[in-house]
Amino acid sequence: MEQLNLGDSKGINRRRRSDQTLHMIFLACTSIGILVLMALIVTIVMDGVHRLSPELFTNFPSRIADKAGLKSPIVGTIYLLLLMAPLSFVLGVGAAIFLEEYAGRSRWVRLIQLNISTLAGVPSIIYGILGLAIFVRGMNLGRSLLSGVLTMTLLVLPIIIVAAQEALRAVPKNRRDASYALGATKWQTVSSAVLPSAIPGIMTGVILALSRAIGETAPLIMIGALTYVAFLPENLLDSFTVMPIQIFNWVSRPSEAFHELAASGIILLLIMLFIMNIAAVWIRNKYSKNI
Amino acid sequence: MIRRIEFDHQLDELRSLLQDMGKHMEEALANSVESLQTLDAEKAQAVIKNDVQLNNMEEQIMDIGSRLIVTQQPVAKDLRRILVAFRIASDLERMGDLARDVAKVTIRLQGQKLIKPLVDLPRMSDMVRAMVSESIESYLTENTDLAYKMAQDDDQVDHLYSVILQDLYSHLTSDPDSANQAMLLIMVGRYIERIADHATNIGESTVYLVTGHRPDLNQ
Amino acid sequence: MESIIQIKKLNLYYDTYHALKNVDLDIPEKTVTAFIGPSGCGKSTLLRTLNRMNDMIPSTRIEGSVQIGGTEIYSEEVHVEALRKQVGMVFQQPNPFPKSIYDNIAYGPRLHGIRNKAELDQIVEQSLKQAVLWDEVKDYLKRSALSLSGGQQQRLCIARALAVQPDILLMDEATSALDPISTLKIEELVQELKSKYTIVMVTHNMHQAARVSGQTVFFLNGEVVESANTDTLFSTPSDARTEDYISGRFG
Repeated sequence: MEQLNLGDSKGINRRRRSDQTLHMIFLACTSIGILVLMALIVTIVMDGVHRLSPELFTNFPSRIADKAGLKSPIVGTIYLLLLMAPLSFVLGVGAAIFLEEYAGRSRWVRLIQLNISTLAGVPSIIYGILGLAIFVRGMNLGRSLLSGVLTMTLLVLPIIIVAAQEALRAVPKNRRDASYALGATKWQTVSSAVLPSAIPGIMTGVILALSRAIGETAPLIMIGALTYVAFLPENLLDSFTVMPIQIFNWVSRPSEAFHELAASGIILLLIMLFIMNIAAVWIRNKYSKNI
Repeated sequence: MIRRIEFDHQLDELRSLLQDMGKHMEEALANSVESLQTLDAEKAQAVIKNDVQLNNMEEQIMDIGSRLIVTQQPVAKDLRRILVAFRIASDLERMGDLARDVAKVTIRLQGQKLIKPLVDLPRMSDMVRAMVSESIESYLTENTDLAYKMAQDDDQVDHLYSVILQDLYSHLTSDPDSANQAMLLIMVGRYIERIADHATNIGESTVYLVTGHRPDLNQ
Repeated sequence: MESIIQIKKLNLYYDTYHALKNVDLDIPEKTVTAFIGPSGCGKSTLLRTLNRMNDMIPSTRIEGSVQIGGTEIYSEEVHVEALRKQVGMVFQQPNPFPKSIYDNIAYGPRLHGIRNKAELDQIVEQSLKQAVLWDEVKDYLKRSALSLSGGQQQRLCIARALAVQPDILLMDEATSALDPISTLKIEELVQELKSKYTIVMVTHNMHQAARVSGQTVFFLNGEVVESANTDTLFSTPSDARTEDYISGRFG
């Protein structure tokens, strides 16, 4: 039998070297990103950690740094989330189900699809302007929690619709076939054979969309969320504020103390985001065996 | 067009093996009757020895055919080609045995003189040799008309055999000393008549190959 | 034998492509009928006509008549969901739902309104027994269907189809994706089922058709070339094209 030539050869060495070089380049790119992120987090934590105290949760914002807290912004953010979540979920998932399972593939449908994906990338302040025109002024809801909820729902809706559609699309066709072949109607098929597998993907998409929403400042400022709110909103039509706005407010003050307070607010916000992302991963893992 | 080159190649091999077997068989018949006519013991021995070749060829055909069935999973006409090859090989092998039996009679008649010069038996043998050749031809060309002709030829052979029987029987009764030889010659006639029946079987196999149905040509 | 399916002058078009041409065919009841033919000849298309799965392809147009049990299945009054309860289907790739074994089988009956647990239990057991899978899984009904092997999954799909008590079972190359032993098990299963169900199977494996079916239909380019008793078709086919195809000398 002829000898197999498995040893060195010019071509292979050159290829291996360029392989390793690229490996290093990609590693460097990733490292830069991670290092910058770490640097940011470390800076923030160093600035704000000594301002973290129970008072942050119990005190309202104040002109006096030592008395200032985040009670109303925290509550505002939480209310916003709790109200947005079901609304955006129902509208977003409903729209996705309609587009993916019922609407067909005509020119009109494809046009709508294209527009929705585009809307997901529109700067958030545009939604603020839209919210101002339609909800605050047009429907006379004023600068209220309700306007905020509706505006932010509009903001996240395209993201949820796209994510939900992807999740539905990922369910293989033959599963639908099996359901239809047993005599199921379209809705029976969607609800029993398609949605259960798509839920992890949909939930992940929803949570990620919401976690984007809690960091938004511009649209809420547009619709008039106040920057100095020393009370808790009592009903949907009350004024309110959210954490990013308060943080923004503190950062723009000259005093060092308020910068530190802002940093501590950012830490809280990061913790909330972290929890939400962990939840998304947990849900995905728990239900992925059913995919 | 999808071809089955290897398969067709093997089927051709089966056909040429059968063609060879047919020729061998015809030679064996010719030689055995010739040996009887001149009571040539050497010629008779040669026929007896060569019979083993026909056995070998039959085995070869069985082997090739079995292998084809296992590996190629033939259906319809392809399957019939192989089954028919088995049948014809078997018929030819039996025909060879019968020719060998004729040669054995030559050996047994050693030291005797023929009670009469053989005329009808060689004629019968010629007719049967023609039948063998026709039957193989009908198989190779898949000619059912030729196959049906076998039935008529067989009738003629039967007729000639009954003439020979009459003739030898009268010898038996008139000349007791020649009884032994007369009986052996009657048996030779019987052997040749059986060869004709087998040749007719080959004709039937051809009809089965072509149509998928078996006729009975041996009434 | 009574014919339970009667197809007359059936023509099917995908847009302008003429997929089925003037199909006239009778399918006898409680037997196994095999559809054979080269790829793209229309055998799967015809199969899917029988449970109107073709309806889901938007550009499909049908002319002609398909009668099952005396009813024209393409008439306006027929509800497709009811048809598919009577005419079940098993697909080429085993496609169990990512649910438990029990829930997979109970899926069909639940669709049609059966909620009583005792009734469902009985249906699940009976269906799994018919599919010769009960003994293998009876202690693991709550386990995910995806934990079964390929052959078991396909038998599960058969049990699932039988759970709604159809009269006819359509099998679209149901053993193509399986190993030889699983294939043989399912062929045995089909032999047992044929006493209760009419089975129509599409197969690209001719020898399977010869082994398993009582009636074989040969398709070519959207037409039925020959339909005959299986033994006859495989030993003395009447059409030269059939002979060429089954002998593998096909082009």
